This record gives sequence, C-alpha cells and structure tokens, in this order.
Amino acid sequence: MPALLRLLAVAFCVALLPRPAVAQDGEVVKLWHAYRGQEQSALEANILWLQQRDPAIRVDILAVPSEAFRQKLTSAVPHDNGPDLFIAPHEAAAEWAGTNIIAPAIFPAALPPSTFPETAIDAVTYDDRVWAVPLAFKSLALFYNRALVDRVPADLEAMALRGAEVAEIPFAYEVGNFYHHAAFFHAFGGRIFGDDGRGPVNLETAGTRDSFGFVKDLVDAGVVPPEADGALIANLFNTGKTAFVFNGPWFMGEIRPSVDYGVAPLPTIPGVGPLQPFLTVESLYRAARSKASDKAVAKVVAAVAGLEGSVVRATVGRQVVAYRPAHEDPRIARDPTLAAFVKQAAAAVPMPNRPEMSAVWEPANRSLRAVIRGSSVPGVAAARAQQEVGFYLRPPPAPTSPGPYLVLLAVLLLGGAMGTLHLARRSNVVARARKSRHAYLYLLPASLGMVLVVFVPFLVGSAVSLFAHKGGEFTFVGLKNFVRILQASDYPVTDPMSFWFTLVVTVMWTLGNVALHTGIGLGLALLLRDPWMKLKGVYRVLLIVPWAVPNYITALIWKGMFNRQFGAVNGVLDVFGVEPVSWFSNFFTAFAANLTTNTWLGFPFMMVVTLGALQAIPRDLTEAAEVDGASAWERFRHITLPLLRPALLPAVILGSVWTFNMFNIIYLVSGGEPGGSTEILISEAYKWAFTRQAQYGYASAYSLLIFGILILYTLLTKKVTEAGAPA
Amino acid sequence: MTPTKHVDRRTTWRGQWWRHAVLIPLTMATLYPVLWVLKMALTPKGTPDLSANPFPTQVTFANFEALIGTTDIHGAWLFGHWLFNSLVIAGATTVVGIALSCTAAYAFSRFDFPGRELGMNAFLVTQMFPGVVMAIPLYILMDATGLLNSITGLVLCYSTTAIPFCVWMLKGYFDTIPRDLEEAATIDGASQWTIFTVIVLPLSRPAIAVTALFSFMTAWNEFILAATFMGDEKAFTLPVALQRFVGDYSTDWGAFAAGAILVSIPVMALFFALQKNLVEGLTAGSVKG
Repeated sequence: MPALLRLLAVAFCVALLPRPAVAQDGEVVKLWHAYRGQEQSALEANILWLQQRDPAIRVDILAVPSEAFRQKLTSAVPHDNGPDLFIAPHEAAAEWAGTNIIAPAIFPAALPPSTFPETAIDAVTYDDRVWAVPLAFKSLALFYNRALVDRVPADLEAMALRGAEVAEIPFAYEVGNFYHHAAFFHAFGGRIFGDDGRGPVNLETAGTRDSFGFVKDLVDAGVVPPEADGALIANLFNTGKTAFVFNGPWFMGEIRPSVDYGVAPLPTIPGVGPLQPFLTVESLYRAARSKASDKAVAKVVAAVAGLEGSVVRATVGRQVVAYRPAHEDPRIARDPTLAAFVKQAAAAVPMPNRPEMSAVWEPANRSLRAVIRGSSVPGVAAARAQQEVGFYLRPPPAPTSPGPYLVLLAVLLLGGAMGTLHLARRSNVVARARKSRHAYLYLLPASLGMVLVVFVPFLVGSAVSLFAHKGGEFTFVGLKNFVRILQASDYPVTDPMSFWFTLVVTVMWTLGNVALHTGIGLGLALLLRDPWMKLKGVYRVLLIVPWAVPNYITALIWKGMFNRQFGAVNGVLDVFGVEPVSWFSNFFTAFAANLTTNTWLGFPFMMVVTLGALQAIPRDLTEAAEVDGASAWERFRHITLPLLRPALLPAVILGSVWTFNMFNIIYLVSGGEPGGSTEILISEAYKWAFTRQAQYGYASAYSLLIFGILILYTLLTKKVTEAGAPA
Repeated sequence: MTPTKHVDRRTTWRGQWWRHAVLIPLTMATLYPVLWVLKMALTPKGTPDLSANPFPTQVTFANFEALIGTTDIHGAWLFGHWLFNSLVIAGATTVVGIALSCTAAYAFSRFDFPGRELGMNAFLVTQMFPGVVMAIPLYILMDATGLLNSITGLVLCYSTTAIPFCVWMLKGYFDTIPRDLEEAATIDGASQWTIFTVIVLPLSRPAIAVTALFSFMTAWNEFILAATFMGDEKAFTLPVALQRFVGDYSTDWGAFAAGAILVSIPVMALFFALQKNLVEGLTAGSVKG
C-alpha cells in the first residue's frame, strides 16, 4: 500500500505541474463537437487537410460527450471559456440566439447561403438572421435487408405483407418515440406549429389523432413490435428477424458487415400520403464571445462545409451533406445509400427551430405511448398532450418587488444574530469553544472545502428559486414558484403529473430501495463475515461487481431483460407457465422493474459497509452468548444488531437521501412509464431546468422543496431510531 | 473461552453447506447481467441480443482495441492520458477525502464542543442538495478561483462530495472503539494527535477501507463535471471517454461495454486489495485487554 500511495503522490505532483505552453504556430480556432466513429474521423480529416494547407491556423478540436454538450456549452460560453465554432443540430438555434450562446453565422465568400438547399437555410434562420452553416441532414429512411427482399415494396401495406412473408416481424421502428412517430404524424397532415409553422403549438388535431390510431392498429395487428428501442431494432435487423427498419443515417454504423442492406425513402401509406420524417440539419455554429478573427473562422468553415470537406464527410463519415455542389460530385451521386437519403431529405419536414419545441417531446411521447399500450384513446391522448404542453409553456409568474423580501431578510438576519448572541452568552459558548480549540483544528480542513464547494454554490443556486428565468433573463417573483408547485392546481392529486402523486411515489421508491439494500446487504455480510467461511473472498469480490460496472450499461441490460417480447425475465416466467408480463404498461410492474434494477445496483455497497461495521463487534461477545445457549436469532437481535446500529445508521440515512434523488435508473429503465407515473420528484426538477424551456427558477424551487422534505425525513428517521434504540 | 478439542463443525464444507446453497444461486443471478456486458463487449457491433444465453457466440477484441488505441489528430495516445488522469484524480480524491474525513470524524467522535451537533448535521445536509441547483454556481466558482481545467479543481469537487458519508461512517466507527486505551495513553503522556494516529486510526482499518472504496468510486465514475470543467481532450477522464460512445441518436453499445469492463477492473482490484482490512480490522480481544 505505501508504495502505491507514494506512486500516486508522485503522479499527482507531476499532474499539478503547469503544462508547458504549446508553441503558438498560428491563430487558434477552437471547435467542439459530439461526433464519434466515422463522423469524427471525417471531421478530423477535414481539419488535418486545412492545417496542411494553411499553417497560419491551428484548430483545437474537442470531442465532448453529447450528454454533457449542452451543459458545457451553456456554462462555458457566458464565461469566455467557450469554443469559437461548434457543431450541433439546428433546432437549438432559436433558444441559443435568445440566450446569447451563438452569434450570426459567417459564410465564406466561396460558399454563400445560396449554395445550400433552401430548407437547410430556413432551418437555421430565426428572427430573419442565419445562425449557422448547414453541414449535414439527418432523417429517417427505410433500411431493407437485401438477402431477404430484392426490391422495395410499392407502399407501406405491400411492405408489411412482404415483411411478414420473409421474416418473423414485418417491420420495426421506435414506435413509442415521437421523433420516429413524426413520419406518420406528418403523413396524416399533422404540423406542430400549424400549417404555416408560425402558430402556437397545436397537438389537438386530426393529424395527431389519426396517426395515433393508425399506429395503434399496426401494433395490435402484430405488424410492428410495441416495445422497441434502438438496441433492439439493430438486433432484429442484424439477426434477420425483420427485413425492414425505419432508421436514420447513424444506423449504418450499427449494421453488422455481414448484412447486405439497401436504403430507400420511407414508403407511402395507401390513400393517405408519403411518410414524412423530421429533418434535422446538423450545423456549424459560431459561438458568441468568440475571440478568433472572422477570417480564421471563415477558413475553418470553408474547410468543413465546402466541397472537399463535404466529399470527405460523405465518403468517410457517411454523412448526407448539405452543400449542394457536393451532390453532383460522382463520389456522392453514385452512392445509392447517400442518394436515397438526399431524396428523403427533400421530402422531410424540417424540425421546427422555435424555442417552444423543447416542451413538445415529453407530452407527445407520453400520449403516444398511452395509446399504444391501450390506456388511452387517440382523441383523449391528443387533448392531454396539448394540455401538458400548455402547462410547460405557461407564462412565468408576474414580477414582484423585492423590497418586502429584503426587509424580511434583514429582520431575519438581525433576529438570528441577536438570538445566537443571546444563546452564546447564556451558555458560555465562547469559553467552551476556546477550550476545544483542538476540535476546531481537526474540523477545519474538511469544513473549509465543504463551505467553498458545497454551501456557497447552494446558497447562490437556491436564491435563483425566487426568480423566473425566460429567454436568458431573470425576473424577481418572490415565492410564487413555490406557491405554484405546492398548489398543484393544474392536475388532480391522483394524476401522475401532480406534485403530491410524485411525492408518494418518491417515498415508496426510497423506502423500498433502502429496505432491500440494507436487508440483502446485511444478510450477505453476516454470511460472509466469518473467518472460517470457505470461498468468502471469492464471493465478496464477485458480489461487488454490480457496484463496479458503470450503471449506464447495466441499467440498459436490465431494461432489455424486462422487455415483453424478448426479455429474459419473461423467459424465466414462461418456464413456470406464467403469461408474459408487459412490465412497463402498469405502474406496479414498472415500479417493480425499477426497484429490482436499483436493488441489484445498490446491495453491494450496503454489503461492504456492513462488513466493515461488523468488525466493530467483539467476537467474544457473541461467542460467550452462544456458550450461554442463546440461539442464532437471539444473538443477532440482542448483540449484533444493537452494536451495529451506530456504524450502520449513517449509511442507512445517507442511502435514503441518495435514493430519494436517484433518477437516472428510472430514466434508463422505465423512462417514467407508464405515463410518467414512475418518475420521482428530482426528475421533475431536472426536466424543468433542462428540457422544459430552461425554467431555472422553477427547477430551483423544486429542488429546495426536495431539500426540505429530505430534512424532515431525516429528522423523523433519527427520532424513530433513537426511540427504538436501547437506552 | 472454552477451548474445544473437536473440530468446529462450522469450519468444514459440510457444516456450512447451506450458506453455499444460498450464496451460489445468488451470486449467479447477480452475475447474469454482467455476463451480458462481457458478451456485448466481445461481440462485433454488440447489442443485447434476443437469446437468454449470456455467453458470447463469437469473440472479437475489436471493441477493446478501438478504445485502448484511441489517439487524437496529432497522434497522441489519448487512452493513456485518460487512464492516467482517472487514476490520479480518483487516487488523490481518496487520499484527500480520507485525510479530511478522518480528522473531522475524530473531532466529532472524541471532543465535546459548541457546534458539534450543528456541524454533524451540516455535513449530512449537504447530501440533500439536489445537484441541479449547484451545477451552474459551481462552474462560476471554479472559473473565479482559476480551478477550471485543473485536476485540483476536480479533486476538490469529488472529495467534498465524498466527505460527508466518510465523516459519518468513520464517526460511527470511532464511537464503537472503547476509550480505555486512549485514557491509558493519556495517562502515559501521549498527545491527542499521537492517540489519534497511533491508536484510533490503526484500529479503524475496516471503516477506512470502506470509505476509501467509496471515495475512489465517487471520483472514478463521474463524467458530467469532468466533461464540463476540462477544456482539453488530454485532460478528460475514462468515464468521459466512455460516455462519448453515447450519441444523440444511437449508442455504440459494444464499445461502451468494452469500456465498462476496463473501467471496472481497477475497482475490483482495489476492493481485492482492501478487503483483508475489512475482515481483520479490530481484533477486539486486544482492545478489551
């Protein structure tokens, strides 16, 4: 151990040394992106090519995980740590333009906006300004397995029939995902912002109802699998279980090399019209507050978006490039896959770039899934989606004068100070504190860190709860955010969207998890504590594996295991003659699926903690009791458990606190299904902050309420356990 | 204690068969999903497939090679940087976290001073702050103190995240250590610091092992802060690299699974190294004297 420590210390010191400045051999342009695989290679090839030709420019390229991209961007740009250029989808243009994250685009002289398709330029235009340079199109198209079918059927009906003949499943796409469903929504005449794209969000239309009903019939007829995510669809296609899949260009990277596939535009619904997917235009944005010169930026833009760059991105990165002259290049024009996507792009509906769009996804997805699992009918579901969108888009509370709040704050501070002083004088605190100087010295380092890194950001963050945030501006609204949440007047108490319903689910989630974690962890630790237990080391190491493996992937595997059609859990139940369970269609089974996953993830930690805590119990005590004839249960109940309490209690209390705020497992396994009922409070806070129009004030108020509930919960737990403790 | 002549039945396979009868199925059920991760990692374009068989039918190391061989456009070996950063950051977090928590927990356990209850609760309360309120203020703070883009900044954030649990855990354990020894040492003229380092810490090895593992894990798997605070690809950590396989539209599950396996190995190794402390910590007899 000491050797390892010494090594770490040396490594740490080396890491802390200032890095030698890289020789400046030209103007630096910083470029951020979230590409990976082939797309990343293509982009890097563009940059290398530029640098070979033009040594006066150095491009610092940074690949950021897409899940952290927005947060990194919106944190960094306002503090002058942002990039000069970055690549992102066009939908966010309006929101970022409104919050000063981006600046109007620079089009190099050689590639003016007129060299891009009109749809692409429209997509990145907001408030009559062009905010980004279009790079590539992303939309769904039809993938078919050439080994199973030799040509593309004439329409959707023919495709379903042909698909049923050649494979187990006629065709597959992500039925429960509104992004994928939009192809049907548009085919039935649906448009999110009305026909001209300038109206308010309108989901309560014939387009919504008809497309919901149509897809429900497809599912009921067994034509498409009802619970399909990206991984499952890749699998069905790769294993020949389906010959037809609707998916985007990214799917090319998921198909196994052994599968010979073709791509064509999406089919037509007979008597209705062609399926029209959403079109996303991946674009090169100029970040606001960028320090690089326009000239240098224009050179980088030209290298990535221009002809040579486009050809590389198309051939190496398999991108459907936007730059029009590139479409005539033989290397692209003769590629049937790219040509099919280009054709599809022309027949797709550009994703609206209005800021309100971010509020559409959640309600649309929830309603769509409700129809598919049969718990709602299209008419009701469409109305419900519209109502929920209205809830997310409602105007912030009216501004309030901060005056009375400031007076109240001053009075509270003064009162608090006087109260403390009074108490201090009465109980002779100063003298006692002086006597325990040592204690404060021991505490100082940890406390300093906590105050700096935890308390200060928390105070700042909670002050935000008194404000409303809209379009980059904060207005003071006092306690109105809290009132809105607690009144919960938008939904009845029994509705999954109501604060009180979610609170009850959260408490169930916490209690269930902590009980199972502690129970299983304690049981295993008792089995594995004894020095004479054989293979104990092997068991111990194997049993902590769920804690060691990143839960992002194990949660996905659990989700797959709960799949109705293909999951291992139903497979096991089948052996016992139980009918397959549709786990995510019912609140209790969905909750049980989440709980099972999180129990699996969490028991190893409690096992390790308990193993440690058990060492504090002198073995001779239990042995003496054994000699006196106490049974195993009596020994556990009267010796082990009471002695374990002090060391175990913190883990139990903190475990509850963590579980209360642990939403990522729910997000990954049930995704809140059915109808958002398995969500917990913290997921609401996150959604208000990140997906529902960046309403930071409301999110912060939500978080403070959660904080308050947790404090109450802890006080209660301590009371209960102290009352139960032997004196 | 009465010395027993015959062999204690519990120490034989026969005497403990029922424990194995419980543990073997449980361990197998626990490992089933993990075998799937392994299968995905070893399968080209691996996704969870539609059988119940968790063993790979074809084996390729392409997913591992792709991750380990990652370089940037100038040919620098990124995987090496990421592994180094992760080890340094998680290692430093463990050392800093334990050093700060042990001293703080000792103060809470052994001194009676004004503000003790308040301090204990303050540590606990920090765990209740939902991260969503803290993210942006924390960024501003790191920016203002010049700790952006630095390993020190990340270590500071991670260790303060880990400290509250460590302090509570250690305090609970310190409380169970009998004070007779310390009193005897005080009479012998030992200082408070000597008692702390020579008597209390060595006796607390089980709890320190638990908190070490916990601190290490806190830093080892985090990616949002690391991706947000670091502005250079070479300064990223392994979890950031792993999260890169998750795209907006699709995820490279095979590569992710391979990365997940690589990331888990050091954790298992650390646990293996620490676990002897978990079992032979406090030899109660000697304390009771």
